[in-house]
Amino acid sequence: MNTALNLAIWLPLAGAVLIALLPSAERLARWIALVASGLVLGLAVGLALSFDRQAPAAQPQFITHLDWIRQLGASYFVGLDGLSLPLFVLNALLVFLAVLVSWKTQQRTRAYFALLLVVETAVAGVFSSWDLFLFFLFWELELAPMYLLIGIWGGERREYAAMKFILYTVGGSAFMLVGILLLYFNSPVKTFDMVAMGSQPYVGSLAGLIWLLVFVGFAVKVPIFPLHTWLPDAHTEAPTAISVLLAGILLKMGGYALLRVNFGLLPGATRQFATLLAVLAVVNIVYGALVAMRQSDLKRLIANSSISHMGYVILGASAAVAGGAAGAMAMQGAIFQMFSHGIITGLLFVMVGLVYDRAHTRQISALGGLAARMPFVAVGFVMAALASLGLPGMAGFAAEFLVFAGTFPVYGVATILAIGTIVLTAGYMLWLVERVFFGPQRPEWARLPDASRLEALTVAAFLIVIIGVGVYPRILGDILAPTAATLAARLAS
Amino acid sequence: MAAQAWIIAALPLLAFLIIAAGARRSPLLSAWLTILAIGAAALVSLIVFGQVTGGTRVEQSYTWLPLGTGQPFLVGFQVDSLTATMLVVVSSVSLLVQIYSLGYMAGDPGFARYFAFMALFTFSMLGLVLANNLLALYIFWELVGLCSYLLIGHWHERPSAAAAAKKAFIVTRFGDFGFLAGILFLYWHANTLQISELAQKVAAGQIPESALTVGMLLIFCGAAGKSAQFPLHAWLPDAMEGPTPVSALIHAATMVAAGVYLMARTFPLLEHAPVAMGVVASIGGFTAIFAATMGLVSTDIKRVLAYSTMSQLGYMMMAIGLGAMAAGMFHLVNHAFFKAMLFLCAGSVIHLVDTNEMPEMGGLGKERPLTFLAMTVGALSLAGIVPLSGFWSKDEILGAAVGSPILFGAALLTVFLTAAYMFRVIYLTFAGPHRGQVHDHGEPTSMALPLVVLLVPTVASGLIGIPALGSPIAAFLEPGGAPAAFNPVVAAISLLVALAGIGTATVLYSGGKMDRSHALQTSLAPIHTLLVNRYYVDHVYNWIAGGVVLGIAWMADNFDKYVIDGMVNGVGELAVGTGGWLRRAQTGQVQAYAWTLLIGVVALAALALLPLGLR
Amino acid sequence: MPIYPIALQHGLILGAALFSLGLAGALIKRNAIAILMAIELMLNGVNVTFVSFAQHMPGAPGQPPELTGQVFAIFVITVAAAEAAVGLAIVLASYRLRHTVQIDASSSLRG
Repeated sequence: MNTALNLAIWLPLAGAVLIALLPSAERLARWIALVASGLVLGLAVGLALSFDRQAPAAQPQFITHLDWIRQLGASYFVGLDGLSLPLFVLNALLVFLAVLVSWKTQQRTRAYFALLLVVETAVAGVFSSWDLFLFFLFWELELAPMYLLIGIWGGERREYAAMKFILYTVGGSAFMLVGILLLYFNSPVKTFDMVAMGSQPYVGSLAGLIWLLVFVGFAVKVPIFPLHTWLPDAHTEAPTAISVLLAGILLKMGGYALLRVNFGLLPGATRQFATLLAVLAVVNIVYGALVAMRQSDLKRLIANSSISHMGYVILGASAAVAGGAAGAMAMQGAIFQMFSHGIITGLLFVMVGLVYDRAHTRQISALGGLAARMPFVAVGFVMAALASLGLPGMAGFAAEFLVFAGTFPVYGVATILAIGTIVLTAGYMLWLVERVFFGPQRPEWARLPDASRLEALTVAAFLIVIIGVGVYPRILGDILAPTAATLAARLAS
Repeated sequence: MAAQAWIIAALPLLAFLIIAAGARRSPLLSAWLTILAIGAAALVSLIVFGQVTGGTRVEQSYTWLPLGTGQPFLVGFQVDSLTATMLVVVSSVSLLVQIYSLGYMAGDPGFARYFAFMALFTFSMLGLVLANNLLALYIFWELVGLCSYLLIGHWHERPSAAAAAKKAFIVTRFGDFGFLAGILFLYWHANTLQISELAQKVAAGQIPESALTVGMLLIFCGAAGKSAQFPLHAWLPDAMEGPTPVSALIHAATMVAAGVYLMARTFPLLEHAPVAMGVVASIGGFTAIFAATMGLVSTDIKRVLAYSTMSQLGYMMMAIGLGAMAAGMFHLVNHAFFKAMLFLCAGSVIHLVDTNEMPEMGGLGKERPLTFLAMTVGALSLAGIVPLSGFWSKDEILGAAVGSPILFGAALLTVFLTAAYMFRVIYLTFAGPHRGQVHDHGEPTSMALPLVVLLVPTVASGLIGIPALGSPIAAFLEPGGAPAAFNPVVAAISLLVALAGIGTATVLYSGGKMDRSHALQTSLAPIHTLLVNRYYVDHVYNWIAGGVVLGIAWMADNFDKYVIDGMVNGVGELAVGTGGWLRRAQTGQVQAYAWTLLIGVVALAALALLPLGLR
Repeated sequence: MPIYPIALQHGLILGAALFSLGLAGALIKRNAIAILMAIELMLNGVNVTFVSFAQHMPGAPGQPPELTGQVFAIFVITVAAAEAAVGLAIVLASYRLRHTVQIDASSSLRG
């Protein structure tokens, strides 16, 4: 299975190289992308199925550990644990679906699909690296292709959005790099091996500073208020499939890294900053929802709802410092929410894309009464909206319930505010549905076609995962629970 | 059979899934799938009910979500007297409403979708009733809310229906916010969500009363939202935008009663929190009279019935708050049957005249004698006229309220108002001449049959409450609890009050005339305006939602756009500006660069040599 | 008439003077060809300095005198010739383009 993991990481890159080597394969490129990402999805599911749920959670599984730059203490060290496995699978799933979503792309197909595959390798690498050096390399590898994907295939203001995205993230990376170097040079072990670094918690006087530096890098990605304004622009201007990836997995890189590096390597400092995190989380949740409420652009609204929903991840994570049953629950909720949000917001962006492809506008006020002409799209959109507002039976509820339950005894007021926000979420989501799909049919939209078979299939795949995980959350819970408990216990000790 | 009671809920779900998977292409097949599934569920419910009266009790739990430390979150089902009663009520009313819908919804473009959602609703409602812990209950609780949203918005092309659907979901969700907080609150005090375990811990005094009070008040928020209790009642009248059978099933007989059911289900907890009981009783009593007054002036037949539902739900809440849980549930059951029937009658009237407005009806008793009969019996039952079902349960509640004069007074006044507004409906709808157009397409059997069937429980289901029988209901639902308080004096008073209400309606509206009532309206204009505007509660809500919340959102949005993004763009502009200023040094004249070079070299040399020179 | 030996500083002063004159010319002249000539002057100033130093380097005992300076001077002369060729070619190209050899006419390097 170790080979399978390495294969799953590098196969997309190989696919990208293959596309690059076939100069006139515009049509073939998407098939290569489909096969590569399909294989990766198969491998990822296989890994998830063979993941040992009973094994002690502190150690990653499917390890490959090779010497690399011995002078620095950097190695090629990949593996998966209960925190990274769900996100690894999510990445494989969403890239596969993103390829399907962009099947009709006409403009520079080869470059598009090649870059998409590079992103997949980069993100898979981030989620499976256990070496901080390797982690940073994969982290940076994701930036350039994403910049190009937004900047070339995006909407009207794509250059502004792409530039904002790259400046924010590179700015964040600068802080992160300084933090990582400080950590490395002040750590008792001169290694980038995160298992070794984590096994002897760092207690230096610089811990707080390092924590903050690294945090800034990750907070940009999550994004955490006030470092969030790149997100609405990037999500809005990116093409549909890229919005799916941005919201679905790139934001999770931030959350994941926060848990892996800040929480895993600097538990002491994490305890110090937990309350700050909780406050920021609540600001994210409430503020994101409020801003979403006022948006007139369909995609911008969804993008702002992402900010709100990622707040739940941070809230759960912040409560994990309490340890015990509540801490473990909150941590499990935070990880669960990353998965749920990824798949749900992915679907929302797909649905917005379907509407936009047909109506060629994202202005909510220009739309209306679409349900009559596009019943399938309407059903899919309503389901996605319901999932997003945390309806039980869908993935979002299981995650949010865990977060609320775990956070409640730790940060009572914050939890109440967060639960209250689900009313706001219901408000803006259902208002959106009402304005776009309900009401009398408008003559200008009388000829819109419903979803094609391929589109319907894609939407159905999303829905199956959302409802499957929502009805039977043990699929994820069994994997998450031990890791979450271990992480939370280490934070509290 | 009781051990497999989950089948009852699974059957309608199966129907829903089959329709969604493809049967929807054939509307009739979809309808019959739903009817068959719910019919089978009703049959199984009856069998289970029989077993439960024989003493069978079942409880099963499964792991829903494992946790890293401690007990996993469970979901499961239980079958006890309360559940069995509700199973029968829900499945049988649902079955009759589905049959009725065959005729009522015929020709509707969303026929298959309608039946699919009805099946989904029935599944959710049965699941809610079966749930044995608060988490599972909450899950189904939200699902019935979803179905309510989908069915109110069935005619989604109508902006009013779409808005009403959204309003119903958001207002009830506001209550659910409290419900969820209450669940978490109790969880962290009792470490379990199993209702039976919670009850044991409460009985053993392991949960402090203050915590229990807070928890139960929060849970009551959810119940108040679902059961349209003041101040979360505003959605129910608007919910009448849905098709009438939906109103009958969801917004009269079953879903809105879920709040009452929740309080009955958690009654073992509630009864140990006197403060919470007081709040429940007061809100219930207030809503009963509050809603009834609005019912007096509404001209929309369905809205009158909706206010009546709110009012009766308030009655049930009051009963539970007063400790008479069995009486509240008894009333719930009776109300479910006769209110479903009243709505179906209203539906058949609306089918006839294509309007909900009573001023455009009148004289319909000639075309629809059966409906006229059913509606009159239903109204009499609702008004509490002996020996119809409403009389018995209402009097148990009144009997329980004797000890608290204010609530008793409110309840009596409600009896008067109820009788008055119901007979106003009867007179305006059926008596006198036609005031509007009548389009008689004939009434299909599918619509007439349910009325006939529902007449039976409307007349008879109360008879079990005859004092001579002892109190079998209380013994069944609440073993060891106080027997029902049937008080002959109270019964006589309430009967007189109800007759007075009917008399008043007769004076004002007999023969379907509206002139006397118009005169009364003008003389009491301020009160009439207040009632027609529903005490301006909706205005307040609209102001909060549209003014306050959207206003804050506007501020947040502009803060985002101008302050935060302003700073971000400011940093960008600063960099660009500095660059622009610095680039002026780049003249393009090579000689200027050479000069700079020279000056630089000289300066560096001077710097390097300076220490030497000083030495 | 006494023969004054040429000391190191004479060569250095000459080299420095040539270099400074060349520098001044390169900075002040506006004519590209004049600037090229001035640069030649600077290079030759450097050459003189090289040769002067070489003249006064005795070399290790038993070894022939150090020739590094002379070799460098020859290199510089070669490179200077090449540079002059390239420079004149550029000036010619620029002249064809702009019909002038005045250096301040070209400022396309402006940022």
